[in-house]
Amino acid sequence: MTSIGTGYDLSVSTYSPDGRVFQVEYAQKAVDNSGTAIGLRVKDGVVLAVEKIKHSRLLVPNSNKRIMTADKNIGIATAGWMSDTRHLVKRARDEAHSYNSVYKSSIPAKIIAERMGMYVQAYTLYSAVRPFGVSTILASIDKDGPQLYMIEPSGQYVGYRGCAAGKGKQVAKTEIEKLNLEELTVREAVKEAARIIYAAHDDAKDKLFELELSWVCEESNRLHAHVPQSVLDEAIEYAERALDDDDDEMEEDDE
Amino acid sequence: MAALKPGEVDLGTTIMAVSFDGGVVIGADSRTSTGTYVANRVTDKLTKVDERIYCCRSGSAADTQAVADIVKYHLDLYSAEHGEMPTVKVASSLFQELCYHNKNNLMASIIVAGWDKQNGGSVYEVPLGGSLHKRDFSIAGSGSSYIYGYCDKVFRPNMSKEECIEFVKNSVGLAITRDGSSGGVIRIAVITEDGVERQVVYGNQLPLQYTG
Repeated sequence: MTSIGTGYDLSVSTYSPDGRVFQVEYAQKAVDNSGTAIGLRVKDGVVLAVEKIKHSRLLVPNSNKRIMTADKNIGIATAGWMSDTRHLVKRARDEAHSYNSVYKSSIPAKIIAERMGMYVQAYTLYSAVRPFGVSTILASIDKDGPQLYMIEPSGQYVGYRGCAAGKGKQVAKTEIEKLNLEELTVREAVKEAARIIYAAHDDAKDKLFELELSWVCEESNRLHAHVPQSVLDEAIEYAERALDDDDDEMEEDDE
Repeated sequence: MAALKPGEVDLGTTIMAVSFDGGVVIGADSRTSTGTYVANRVTDKLTKVDERIYCCRSGSAADTQAVADIVKYHLDLYSAEHGEMPTVKVASSLFQELCYHNKNNLMASIIVAGWDKQNGGSVYEVPLGGSLHKRDFSIAGSGSSYIYGYCDKVFRPNMSKEECIEFVKNSVGLAITRDGSSGGVIRIAVITEDGVERQVVYGNQLPLQYTG
């Protein structure tokens, strides 16, 4: 038993002497190994984007979706283990359904985020379980307008204007901070999201990847949906052009 | 199913609720009977479940009080969780959940009415089987069968608050004179954004009508 954990990292039911739960931090590392996922909350909707890293050329394009729908107006994009994600999305769907059957109205983003947070947090309490290796980004439009939340493996959940998780989260976060999210429209945000995912992508480490884009906005009738193919193509073109421009600038600097 | 158990107290009742632009008027008689015996002649069947949401109870007094208490608990929890007041729709949905899932053990027919920011005044009824209906106005209880014709004839959508109060007084008054299980005073509550205003019409001040 050497270095970091020194015996306090085997169970979530034991704190380390300085008050940390190592298993939760390791779960966060599992998230950091995953393809980047981002969410942008703009004035007329929310956009989700994911860098889906492909481990084989044999995978069918557009299969194995990483953005899923929890309720008609609620989208979920995740970074981390896909198997854990599917479990959490099922839970989110069950929560949305149960809320609807009790109150006969659709679940507000704040409430589903809180309930998912509670669920995830329960897996940081017992030695028999492992925390979820997933950061969940939740997008929705409810009666209070566009909403964006992110739930961490610790169970912490926070509302955002823009957020990122996964491998490229540092690059993505600095890019998101440059945007004027209050003024942006979803149409513009879709392009920016694509650009940010392309910028956060590390071509040296992962060659193959696919961009996944979804939104909740007036154009999608306030429902969560993947963006139409034409919008996706346009966004990819924009992202690639932005990347080329960046490269040109760098070459000029070299001269 | 849906019958009084031995010794149970019946609200053998007339209750009603009318919505107007900006609120609702609810009304009820005040008789609680055990068979032919009047157990209470000044009952309050208009029960508060939230700041701006009331229910009118008919059926078993015990069952409807219990259901109203449970709904009140859930609405308090809702306010704490959501940080805002529940809508009348949410409240009525809770009544419906309880009344439907326990239909074999309950005798409860309830009108839910009140005011909320999203929809203004609204009225929902949850009759015996536990279904849920949105209404412009609603009448229920044993006495209501005597006044369906009158209410359908007199009710107009978009009546003023004062017209709604008169409508409730006259309707419940008529039901009280014909229904043996309704009587006592007429209790009225007006629920608007500004608050809840309660009124009582005493037995000797009931609206005039032909009595033979």
